[in-house]
Amino acid sequence: MSRRLFIAHFEDERDIVEATKAVRAEGHEIRDVYTPFAVHGLDKAMGLKPSRLPLVCLIFGLLGATAKLWFQVWTSAFNWPVNIGGKPLASIPAFVPVTFEITVLFAGLGTVGAFLLISRLRPGRKPAASYERATNDRFVLVIVERDAAFDLERTTALCRRFHCVRVEERLEEEP
Amino acid sequence: MADGLSVLRTPLILGKKSYSDVTEEVAAPLDRTPGKEWWMAFAVSTSMLFLGIAAVTYQMLTGIGTWGLNNTVGWAFDITNFVFWIGIGHAGTLISAILFLFRQKWRTSVNRSAEAMTIFAVICAGMFPIIHMGRPWLAFWVIPYPNLRGPLWVNFRSPLVWDMFAIGTYFTISLVFWYVGLIPDLATLRDRTFSKAKKKLYGLFSLGWDGSNRTWLRYESVYLLLAGLATPLVVSVHTIVSWDFATSVIPGWHTTIFPPYFVAGAVFSGFAMVLTLMIIARKVLRFEEYITLHHIESMAKIIIATGGMVGLAYLTELFVSFYSGNEYERFALVNRMFGPYAWAYWIMVSCNVLSPQLLWFKKARTNVAFVFILSLAINVGMWFERFVIITISLTRDYLPASWDFYAPTLVEIATLTGSFGLFFTLFLLFSRFLPMIAIGEVKAVLSYGRARSVGPHASDVERARSITTDVREKVHGGAV
Repeated sequence: MSRRLFIAHFEDERDIVEATKAVRAEGHEIRDVYTPFAVHGLDKAMGLKPSRLPLVCLIFGLLGATAKLWFQVWTSAFNWPVNIGGKPLASIPAFVPVTFEITVLFAGLGTVGAFLLISRLRPGRKPAASYERATNDRFVLVIVERDAAFDLERTTALCRRFHCVRVEERLEEEP
Repeated sequence: MADGLSVLRTPLILGKKSYSDVTEEVAAPLDRTPGKEWWMAFAVSTSMLFLGIAAVTYQMLTGIGTWGLNNTVGWAFDITNFVFWIGIGHAGTLISAILFLFRQKWRTSVNRSAEAMTIFAVICAGMFPIIHMGRPWLAFWVIPYPNLRGPLWVNFRSPLVWDMFAIGTYFTISLVFWYVGLIPDLATLRDRTFSKAKKKLYGLFSLGWDGSNRTWLRYESVYLLLAGLATPLVVSVHTIVSWDFATSVIPGWHTTIFPPYFVAGAVFSGFAMVLTLMIIARKVLRFEEYITLHHIESMAKIIIATGGMVGLAYLTELFVSFYSGNEYERFALVNRMFGPYAWAYWIMVSCNVLSPQLLWFKKARTNVAFVFILSLAINVGMWFERFVIITISLTRDYLPASWDFYAPTLVEIATLTGSFGLFFTLFLLFSRFLPMIAIGEVKAVLSYGRARSVGPHASDVERARSITTDVREKVHGGAV
C-alpha cells in the first residue's frame, strides 16, 4: 500500500513553526518536518516528546564507572598484586581519576552510538527523504493524507497563510 | 534594569544574509582552487613537518643521547611541548562545551575551527610522550592488556597512567563531538556540490542525514550531553597533567595549586592560539562578517580573565614559597627569578601577566593587528611557563652536588618545529576540505539581535509582534 504525502515548502523559521502548529491543530498527521538547522520550538509544535538519550548517557556512564573500578581493583589487588610503596592493594582514591575518564568515555560514545542507531544514521545510507534545499534554506512540512476526506484546497490555503512558497504531493510506500 | 529590557542586541553576523548566503559563503573556500597564500603556507608547514619527521627518525635510530637531557634533568623539552600542546587544545573544548552550556551564542562562528584546533593540538601533544619514551615501538605498554608476563598490569596509582587515560578519552570525545557537529553541515555540502566524487565522500560521512526534525531533536540532546561531559573532562585532563608534577617531591612541582593553575593557563594559551588562527583565517578566507570584531573582543576578554588567574597563581606560588618557611621551596622560586634561567622566567611574566593588561583598553581589544601580535606573545609566554616549571625546577634540586644545566639540542628544536608543522599542515588541510564555520549553527543565530527580521516575510506588523514577544520573554526571564 502506498500513501499520499502533502508537502509544503517554507522560507522562514517562524513560518514553519506557526504552520506546523496550525496543521496539527487541524488534526493532520505530521510525517516530519525537514529543516536546515535546529529550529527552536518546532519539537513542541510537532508534539514530539523529549528525547530519552540522557537516560542512555546515564546508563553507559554508570556502566563505564563500575566496569573500570572493578577492573582496577581486580588487576591491582587480585589478579597480580604488586606492593607499590606500601600502599594498600585496593587503593580506591588513586583509582578515581581513571574511573572518571572511562565514565566520560563510555557515556559519550554510548550516547552518540545510541543516537546514530535510533536515528538510523550510518555510512552509506541514502537520505530517507530528499527535499530540495531542505539542508540549505527551505523548511519542509510533510503531512500524511490519511483518507479521502483530506481537503487539498483547504490545507494548501492554510499553508499559504504562513507564506508557503510551494506545495507538492508525493506517493510513499507505507513502511 | 532599563537595559535589561533592550530588545536589539548587537547582531552576531554582520551584513544582511539569507540562509543560503551562509551556505554559499562558508562553502566558497572549499570550491575555490587554493590561492597562492594557501600554497605558500602549506609549503612552509609541510617543510617544517618533514624536518620534524627527519629529526624524530634520526633520534630513534641513534638513541636518546641526541637530546640535551642528563642525569639531573630527565624531563625537559618533550614534556614542555606536551603540556604546551595539550593546553592549546583546551580552548577548543571551552568554546564548544563550556560556552555552549553558558549559552554564549557568539561561539557559533568559531567553535568548528576551535574544535579542529583541539584535535590537532592533542595529536601534537600525544606524540611527545611517545617520542620521550625513547623506544616508541613499546608505547603500547602503557595500555593494560592481557600479557604473558604474569599478567603484569599497569600501575593504576601512577599519574602517568592516569594521563594516558585522560589524553585518550579527551582525544576520542573531542573527535566525536567535532564529528557529530559536522554531520548536518556535511549533508548541506553533499546536497549542493555537483562534483560526483565530493558528493560520494560527503554522502558517506553525512550518514544519510536529511534534516528531519525528529533527528534534530535527538541531535540537540546529544550535543547538550556531550557538552556536559566535555566540561568536567577538560578540567580533569589538565588537572591530571598537573598531577604528573604535583605528586612528585621536587620543590617547585610539589604544590596543591597546580590543577587550577594549569587549567587556567591552558585556557589562556588556547585562546591565544584560537585568536592567532582566527585572525588569519577571517582575513584569508574573507570571513570578516562571520568572525567579527565582537568575537575577537569577547575572546580578548576571556584572555584578560584567564591571564589574571595565571598572574594570581604566579603570585601565590611566590607568597607560599616564603610563607611556608621551607628553604627548598624558597630557593626554587628565587632560583627561577634570579638564577641562570632568569630570562625565561621574565619572558614568561612579561608575556603572560603584563602584556594582557593592555587588553583592558577597548581600543586595544578592537585593534586586530594588535590582538594578533599579543596572541603570539602569549603563545611564547605560555611555552616558557611550562619550560620554567618543568626544567628549572629540575636543574637545581635538594643536593647541590647533583645540580646541572639543560640546553636543548638542535634535534629537540627540530622536533618542536616539526610539531608546529604537523599542526599547521592539518589545519590548512582542514580549511580546504571541511567548512570552517558551523553552517547550521550560524543559520540558527542569524536573527540574533535583529528583532527576528531575517526571513523574507517579516512584515512590519510581524516584526512589531516579535519585538513584544521578545520583551515579554526578557521580563519573564528576569523574574525567574
